[in-house]
Amino acid sequence: MRHILSILVENEPGVLARVAGLFSGRGYNIETLNVAPTLTEGLSMMTITTTGDEAIIEQIVKQLRKLVTTLKVVDLTEVKSVQREMMLLRVDAEGQKRVEVLRIVDIFRCKVVDVSPDELVLEVTGNQEKLTALINLLQRIGIKEVARTGAVAMKRGMQE
Amino acid sequence: MELTGAQILLESLRREGVEVVFGFPGGAVIDIYDQLPHYPLRHVLVRHEQGAIHAADGYARATGKVGVCLVTSGPGATNTVTGIATAYMDSVPVVIITGQVPTPLIGNDAFQEVDIVGITRSCTKHNYLVKDVRDLARVIKEAFYLASTGRPGPVLIDLPKDVQTQLTEYKYPKTIKMRSYNPTYAPNPKQVAKVAEVLRKAKKPIIYAGGGVIASEASDDLAWLARALDIPVTATLMALGCFPADDPRWLGMLGMHGTYAANMAISHADLILAIGSRFDDRVTGKISEFAKNAKIVHIDIDPTSIQKNVAVHIPVVADCKSFLTALRDILEPALATEPAASHEAWTTKVSDWKAEKPLSYTQNETTIKPQFVVETISKLTKGEAVITTEVGQNQMWAAQFYAFTKPRSFISSGGLGTMGFGFPAAIGAQMAFPDRLVIDVAGDGSIQMCIQELATAVCYGLPVKIVILNNGYLGMVRQWQELFYKKNYCATCLDVAPDFVKLAEAYGAAGFRVTDPAKVESTLAEAFALPRPVIVDVVVDREENVAPMVPAGKSITEMILV
Ligand SMILES: Cc1ncc(C[n+]2csc(CCOP(=O)(O)OP(=O)(O)O)c2C)c(N)n1
Ligand SMILES: [Mg+2]
Repeated sequence: MRHILSILVENEPGVLARVAGLFSGRGYNIETLNVAPTLTEGLSMMTITTTGDEAIIEQIVKQLRKLVTTLKVVDLTEVKSVQREMMLLRVDAEGQKRVEVLRIVDIFRCKVVDVSPDELVLEVTGNQEKLTALINLLQRIGIKEVARTGAVAMKRGMQE
Repeated sequence: MELTGAQILLESLRREGVEVVFGFPGGAVIDIYDQLPHYPLRHVLVRHEQGAIHAADGYARATGKVGVCLVTSGPGATNTVTGIATAYMDSVPVVIITGQVPTPLIGNDAFQEVDIVGITRSCTKHNYLVKDVRDLARVIKEAFYLASTGRPGPVLIDLPKDVQTQLTEYKYPKTIKMRSYNPTYAPNPKQVAKVAEVLRKAKKPIIYAGGGVIASEASDDLAWLARALDIPVTATLMALGCFPADDPRWLGMLGMHGTYAANMAISHADLILAIGSRFDDRVTGKISEFAKNAKIVHIDIDPTSIQKNVAVHIPVVADCKSFLTALRDILEPALATEPAASHEAWTTKVSDWKAEKPLSYTQNETTIKPQFVVETISKLTKGEAVITTEVGQNQMWAAQFYAFTKPRSFISSGGLGTMGFGFPAAIGAQMAFPDRLVIDVAGDGSIQMCIQELATAVCYGLPVKIVILNNGYLGMVRQWQELFYKKNYCATCLDVAPDFVKLAEAYGAAGFRVTDPAKVESTLAEAFALPRPVIVDVVVDREENVAPMVPAGKSITEMILV
């Protein structure tokens, strides 16, 4: 099963290598990874999506906690959470195709962030399913390039 | 007062109570060596950096204190990697200081530059590259704290040459608190109560002790528990000495080369108290067959060890000592009012297993059996020497046939299985205890991996004894080839070997050779009495095997017994 882990770490050199090395060294898989500073000076938040059965995820969480530079690890799959990912897409928009792309832009609430005669660059935010659905649709028209941020996630309010 | 980085390092080592540093100099640490004579530290100049790290490790295992090792950048640093991994696998507290090229050159492929922090990331508990001299005092404080608390382990500090000469105001932190590191020592009282309950009710209990018992100095508490509830005790290689071998409850080591009784008992138990051990594959054999009918209680300070290899019924994250103290606080008064359920049938069964198939060998009049050598050492030293081992058959025979009476008296590379470990580790232990008898039970293969340290032992007058169980083979590998590879002895025969007696003498140590079983005891006694380093080259039965043996991947009840 896919899990989304939120990891609070000391923002110091080598921290990313420690986390990434833990996954590669123990044969775990990182599907997506996102890191950015938090509001607290010196701390960063990493969001990692990974897959594995319960026992593997338990090990991953414990191993991450064991790293001396880790403050907190939460498996957001176990609590109610919101998850978002941002994606940029360069799509084919020549002639007839342009109207079709723009219709999809509308339905998926994408933003057009760059326009040229034969292609458009779209920006879209959503959960993984939404992004996958959009890719599936646009692939029929023609995607030239994709850039994704990887998921970020947060626990919802009002829960224990 | 302003001090240079080198002075800060040495002064901080002094304040951490460090007495001995094992090291080897080079361009990137010459500033530290330049200051060294001004500090009350004994420096042991080894002959290879692998010797330095293993010696620091042996010192730490023998004393429980943090071992310290100091080496130069590049090749000096990479030469310690095997030793760092050895210490990491066995949770030994050591601090390694490596020199590094000056900060402006880092990343330039400068002369003798390696990214040792990158290289050792996965075999240290933590590591540091200090780029600013103002961070140095704090980093050293953290390094010692990390190495020695929680689950202990090696911590490396990489110190660039320019940082060693920069000046800064020196203030050594008195205390330390790290927001991202808070090991759990005290057990959850509810869990302890549960353990007390199941222990009192168990019909077929067994204690399976690991290195954590030794690391947390909990041997006496463990012995109390075993005796109070009359529970048989088995232990891993790392925990030998945690329970006296002359106690009737002692079963010996378990696992691949464990005793018949230990493997049978753990396989038939209804309750396993796993304390400070980690269900390593060499212990469990085929995991799906391991202790299928037992309830498992697992106490470990490292949460990652729990539920890693086996499903645990009562997990307890705690330091072994704190756990055992808390357990005793519950059990002692409870037992006074109501004794625990009797399990006589079980203890009888266990004794039967012990009597049925004890560890054994037959010594004849012509060829020396390696087991006989170890038993003789045990007898001569009354189980009170510090025994280190190399790796292979020699290691297993030492584990099986020496009757350990005290913790920290068996020093062996368990997790990594590093040939070449035993001799430098013995040097480390001897530095810590100049008056104790320290013996490296060695193989003819392994001893050649760090043999250069003979010069160190001679130079510092360390009377370490090396007893080579010389079978002319990389014996353990040959045993596997015999049993599982149709006797294809490819690359395991060591028939071209040095004359170990002459070799010892060439270094200025003493050398003996024994070939006659009748001379084993007298030669060993003579060697042990010498106040100098000695090699005793014991020519043993070439194709003797270690038994019992559980073939890799088999259940631990499927032992090959001869
Ligand atoms: C550094 C290293 N290389 C290889 C091995 C694999 N190995 C395990 S035991 C062994 C044989 C050791 O031979 P020797 O020291 O003569 O001991 P014996 O088994 O003969 O007692 C070898 C090669 C190892 N454990 N460590
Ligand atoms: Mg040999």
